[in-house]
Amino acid sequence: MSLTHLQRLEAESIHIMREVVAEAENPVMLYSIGKDSAVMLHLAMKAFHPARPPFPLLHVDTRWKFRDMYAFRDEMVSKLGLDLIVHINPEGIAKDINPFTHGSAIHTDIMKTEGLKQALDKYGFDAAFGGARRDEEKSRAKERIFSFRTAQHRWDPKSQRPELWKLYNARKHKGESMRVFPLSNWTELDIWQYIYLEKVPIVPLYFAAVRPVVARDGALIMVDDERMPLHPGEVPMMKKVRFRTLGCYPLTGAVESEADTLPAIIQEMLLTKTSERQGRVIDHDSAASMEKKKQEGYF
Amino acid sequence: MAHISDLIATDIEQYLQAHEKKSLLRFITCGSVDDGKSTLIGRLLYESKMLFEDQLAAMEADSKKYGTQGENLDFALLVDGLAAEREQGITIDVAYCFFSTDKRKFIVADTPGHEQYTRNMVTGASTDAAAVLMVDARRGVLTQTRRHSYLVSLLGIRHIVVAINKMDLVDYAEPVFRRICDDYRSFAAQIGLDDVTFIPMSAYKGDNIIEPSASMPWYHGTTLMGYLETVEVDDQRLQKQPFRLPVQWVNRPNLDFRGFAGTIAGGVVKPGDRVRVQPSGKESTVARIVTRDGDLEQAVAGQSITLTLADEIDISRGDVISTADAPAGSADQFETTLVWMHDEPLLPGRPYLLKIGAKTVTATVTHIKYQVNVNTLEHVAARTLELNAIGVCNLSLDRPIAFDPYADNRDTGGFILIDRLSNNTVGAGLIHFALRRSQNIHMQHVDVDKAARASLKHQKPCVLWFTGLSGAGKSTIANLVEKKLHAHGYHTYLLDGDNVRHGLNKDLGFTEADRVENIRRVAEVAKLMVDAGLIVITAFISPFRAERQMARSLVAVDEFIEVFIDTPLDVAEGRDAKGLYKKARRGELKNFTGIDSPYEAPEAPDVRINTVTMSADEAATYLVLELQRRGGLGD
Repeated sequence: MSLTHLQRLEAESIHIMREVVAEAENPVMLYSIGKDSAVMLHLAMKAFHPARPPFPLLHVDTRWKFRDMYAFRDEMVSKLGLDLIVHINPEGIAKDINPFTHGSAIHTDIMKTEGLKQALDKYGFDAAFGGARRDEEKSRAKERIFSFRTAQHRWDPKSQRPELWKLYNARKHKGESMRVFPLSNWTELDIWQYIYLEKVPIVPLYFAAVRPVVARDGALIMVDDERMPLHPGEVPMMKKVRFRTLGCYPLTGAVESEADTLPAIIQEMLLTKTSERQGRVIDHDSAASMEKKKQEGYF
Repeated sequence: MAHISDLIATDIEQYLQAHEKKSLLRFITCGSVDDGKSTLIGRLLYESKMLFEDQLAAMEADSKKYGTQGENLDFALLVDGLAAEREQGITIDVAYCFFSTDKRKFIVADTPGHEQYTRNMVTGASTDAAAVLMVDARRGVLTQTRRHSYLVSLLGIRHIVVAINKMDLVDYAEPVFRRICDDYRSFAAQIGLDDVTFIPMSAYKGDNIIEPSASMPWYHGTTLMGYLETVEVDDQRLQKQPFRLPVQWVNRPNLDFRGFAGTIAGGVVKPGDRVRVQPSGKESTVARIVTRDGDLEQAVAGQSITLTLADEIDISRGDVISTADAPAGSADQFETTLVWMHDEPLLPGRPYLLKIGAKTVTATVTHIKYQVNVNTLEHVAARTLELNAIGVCNLSLDRPIAFDPYADNRDTGGFILIDRLSNNTVGAGLIHFALRRSQNIHMQHVDVDKAARASLKHQKPCVLWFTGLSGAGKSTIANLVEKKLHAHGYHTYLLDGDNVRHGLNKDLGFTEADRVENIRRVAEVAKLMVDAGLIVITAFISPFRAERQMARSLVAVDEFIEVFIDTPLDVAEGRDAKGLYKKARRGELKNFTGIDSPYEAPEAPDVRINTVTMSADEAATYLVLELQRRGGLGD
């Protein structure tokens, strides 16, 4: 019997999750509601079966996710009987931080980067699972699976622990924490194939449907609720669109598409060749931007 | 291209079905900055159409900005990652790249070729089944080629492809290729590499990467991609090994279920199989292989599973479940190869944490047999291992572990060493075999024990472990304490630094490694004397926390009293009874504690003596009282 690439990736991810649960004192799984999170959660259900995953899910919310994402999140949590912690940066609420008046950089920094640090500190989590993959971006290709953060949540690319075989050194000093990436060796195609093969539930926004959008700076932005300020004379268009990646709706570009089944999505992905982060407005600054963000504590 | 399926456009479902059955090959590429390694990987990504339009656009833009290929695309830019490296134009760490064809998904570990990065190459190679060694056709087999070959063979990679690159720069000449093949073969035989394939290529021009090269009609072998798509991935070999499951986590959702979760390190398991748990040696039968999608009829090496057993036996994280027919070994002393991975050198005698499978124990290197010169493969004598050094060492553990020789099984024979104070991963090791003495030397039972010996002396044995700078007053105070105790009729022994160095430890100097060994021996002697029922006083600088912790761990919790003779450096230097500080300041005495060798002060000593406010005699009286208070002097 020969294992397929998906079986080997699955086994590796499960191994990593069990190792963290065995060695960390207070682990948590970051749940962003996207397709990578969906796969990570599915793997966690497998890793600890018949027990439930022995850690809560943490959603660092910005208040600007798509409505479908909130509905999906709550449905998954209740269906699987998991604990969910939702954290919204209170400072962001007080100052009414939003992507329209403050721009994507400040919004992301305060609501996501700062919000995540706050939540980890508040609950004293010493290990946080994240769904990042090495194929997403070049600086991630060099990050370890167990990635250590100082008590100030900083990442130092120069002093990473070597990871040999399946051996992960999870020891840390008080106050230090680790981010663990069980999907490190998956590619976007692997994720989609696995979702297809394992029938992993995902947010309906990934499938094409007729939705109200406006064109902004070359991107199609969905008018998901009444908070979206329209420019004078701007009228939402009804277009058949879908999302390759999900985040805050004002920062996430839609693509026009007819793909309303998983095979059609995979087909579209393989034929169009536009890498997934292009839809994320935050990545457009510079090639080294993700590395900078990561050193500052962004996931 | 053959491997980008037309099915994507015409029949996506059939394409997906075909792709669900792909295997996974992990391989490593080795070569120096100039061998065109990054160019090769970039080309594999490019040719397998795993690049997206925006990545291509970024590469084109970057090629103009940073590229080293003039107007042409610089494929290397697809691989070289972090900002600092990009500016230097070199790769400095292990980077993982991904591509896939119709037959396989590939994970490439890209590691740099510089001499000082042995650590990265060993890390990258540890998970791989195949290696691509880059050789520049103009330069032939170099020292670094030999080094890389040695490392990949050491790490147990069985399939090697020697990629003789830049053939375009030697006019695609067959004799150049042949000469390099011959050179390499004679060397490969020495280190036991037998599955070696040679491919002449040009990563830059694309010759023999995907398609056979029209410029080298004399070559009839496989292309690189052809090789990578068909080379064995090690699955079959591992499945033929005896069954091994290192237990990672015990799954107890309720009182009725007790599952043992882990990743199968070797062999195959089925319900009904007889298994033995190591190191306890207890046996049972596999009841179920439990998954969320239903029970399995069998599971194989590489799968992460949960087993239940027919009998209730005590199994915890770190134990190994083996087939009862051919169980893993169990021992606490080994011959190993160690690769040192940290700036702070290996110190024999210092306790490190050793992690193997899911088990973490304490280990010390008892003997460095020799260091291997990775360039010449010569054996050299060594007392320590520096960063990137490789040595054959004996290891002693504080308790037995289940193991297999690394050559049989990477996951039950490979381990890492962790520094107990910094928590850094400082070394990686491969088990050769268990030392016979660890299986044949057993503790001899004796009828007269420590308590019996102590009761005859009407005292409670212990160690008063003095630590402090040279000139702090350790010897003076220790001597007074012993005099007072002796006068009261107690049986004591004073182990003094200078005296011990005249005998037991006269072979040791003052390097960090020797200081560690000095303290290790003293700690062992102190332990024997405590066992003999004595009150032991030791007066050594003992500058490192790790060794004091080790000394403490050798005796019972209440038998070790750390006494910090706390004298500031300027006071100790002012006294300078032996004139040593002056010598050290003049540079005539190397490795002098406090001057050019560190002193790690105790963080929480049992007793602190401030010699600035207290005379030696007062200090001694205070210590005797303290010993009394702790019940150390019996009734």
